[in-house]
Amino acid sequence: MTGTDFNTVLPEVLLAIYAMAALLFGVYTSKDKAAGLLTWVTAGVMVALAFWIGTTGEGARTAFGGMFNDDPFARFAKVTILLSAAAVLVMSQDYMQRRDLARFEYPILVALSVIGMMMMVSAGDLMALYVGLELQSLALYVIASFRRDSARSTEAGLKYFVLGSMSSGLLLYGASLTYGYAGTTLFSGILSTLGQGIPTGLLFGLVFMLSGLAFKVSAAPFHMWTPDVYEGAPTPVTAFFATAPKVAAMALFARLVHDAFGTIPGDWGQVIAAMAVLSMFVGAIAAIGQKDIKRLMAYSSIAHMGYALLGLAAGTAYGVQAMLVYMAIYVTMNIGTFAFILSLERDGRPVSDLASLNMLSKREPLKALAVLVLMFSLAGVPPMLGFFGKFYVLKAALDAGMMWLAIAGAVASVIGAFYYLRVVFFMYFGTETEGVTSRMAPVQWVALMGVALIVLVGSVYPFGVIDPKAAVAAEALVR
Amino acid sequence: MVGLEHYLTVAAALFVIGIFGIFLNRKNVIVILMSIELMLLSVNINLVAFSSFLGDLVGQVFTMFVLTVAAAEAAIGLAILVSFFRTRGTIDVEDANVMKG
Repeated sequence: MTGTDFNTVLPEVLLAIYAMAALLFGVYTSKDKAAGLLTWVTAGVMVALAFWIGTTGEGARTAFGGMFNDDPFARFAKVTILLSAAAVLVMSQDYMQRRDLARFEYPILVALSVIGMMMMVSAGDLMALYVGLELQSLALYVIASFRRDSARSTEAGLKYFVLGSMSSGLLLYGASLTYGYAGTTLFSGILSTLGQGIPTGLLFGLVFMLSGLAFKVSAAPFHMWTPDVYEGAPTPVTAFFATAPKVAAMALFARLVHDAFGTIPGDWGQVIAAMAVLSMFVGAIAAIGQKDIKRLMAYSSIAHMGYALLGLAAGTAYGVQAMLVYMAIYVTMNIGTFAFILSLERDGRPVSDLASLNMLSKREPLKALAVLVLMFSLAGVPPMLGFFGKFYVLKAALDAGMMWLAIAGAVASVIGAFYYLRVVFFMYFGTETEGVTSRMAPVQWVALMGVALIVLVGSVYPFGVIDPKAAVAAEALVR
Repeated sequence: MVGLEHYLTVAAALFVIGIFGIFLNRKNVIVILMSIELMLLSVNINLVAFSSFLGDLVGQVFTMFVLTVAAAEAAIGLAILVSFFRTRGTIDVEDANVMKG
């Protein structure tokens, strides 16, 4: 029995053993000289695990008395998390080396937070949920303040820590109420105590837990940490924040509402719908005045989380499927965009203000074109993949009879298009000023061009690869 | 007779004091760390009270997990605070304003 349990969690256990072994290796042999090597090995391990999880998993299994789930939904999320974390690691390697940030702890901390994320998406119990979430968050607090000598980075870390622990507190308070009124911490147990109605105590617990999770996905009105942390953290860390943790938190969101509260979609549906609308509009409107491209991406991620929540608010299997597809597309686009942001520099120093992009198209026509494709895709302009993602979640909301939500989503996406197009405007029609250079390592170039190509060509056969997998995953979650 | 509702009331009061401590406190980051700790401990009161009321051990197991994680969290928070102090020379909340927002 214990043997099969450990067999089910083998990928997580292997990654944890690897992380500890890598830590020992780094400390005993070469300290920071091993940073480059460890980055590549960590990324390799993650890709290998992603292939293993993606190709071998069959059906749904539970382990440790239902505390840990291994089902198509968890596998879909894990593969997305592992691949995006590996991509962000290898593409920031060059930046870390040049900015004197190459420390061997970085890939290890990323690996540890990835283990936390894998636990989160597989959680079948409030305790597993909490411990997974904290493992992820604690590692993220540290890497947010990774540049210890920078006032901005440490301030970002401090703000993230304070608001992040407060959100953990909210989530935990909700978990304690849920435990008290349901009498169990198992998701399946909570689900079986729910009849058609929900006791007031459980409802309070649900709302507290939803607010705690909304912090983690940076959905409005719990988004205030996002712009500061994105701006202050070193750019590779920002790139990581914008990808894997978002997928994990969103998957955990879906897991909690469907596995533990699946019989009452009306109750949490309203809360999520309100958060979705707020996020879409806050993300779209607040981004308009931004001058820093990392801050802009923060508001962009708030808006995108709004769309992903829209799929979840529908409360149907189709909605979850749309959410998964949307997250996969979102992560892909962000990897490409951050590969570009990582490469921006002036006189050997990293820059991130928007005005520095002025007339980039003259100096770097190919890169400017790729960024144009990505910006159009993020804005949701039709031939690009981003449009199909948005279309998918809006359709899920419409099918669930949430007409007003879908209309709000469409309006917000039109407002949001303004600031993505502003980036394109700066690149193609800006004024001539002292511009930036975009010095790219081969990996970053491949990431940028590859993603731009996927975003363009993906629309010929929209999500042919991921869609069936997402459908199976959603079926497994929403029974 | 002290019943479940008394424990829940105390826990709720402590939790709210913790949240207010984070938002109303304008002086010192250490006080924020204490407020966070207060929130987590109020949750523990909740869990233990429910556990004894339900006659179910899971709540107390949960409490042990929360205590452990809270210790790790405090350690990381203080570490970040130390590096913040090194770059800034102060730990006043109002001075954490290099980035607006």
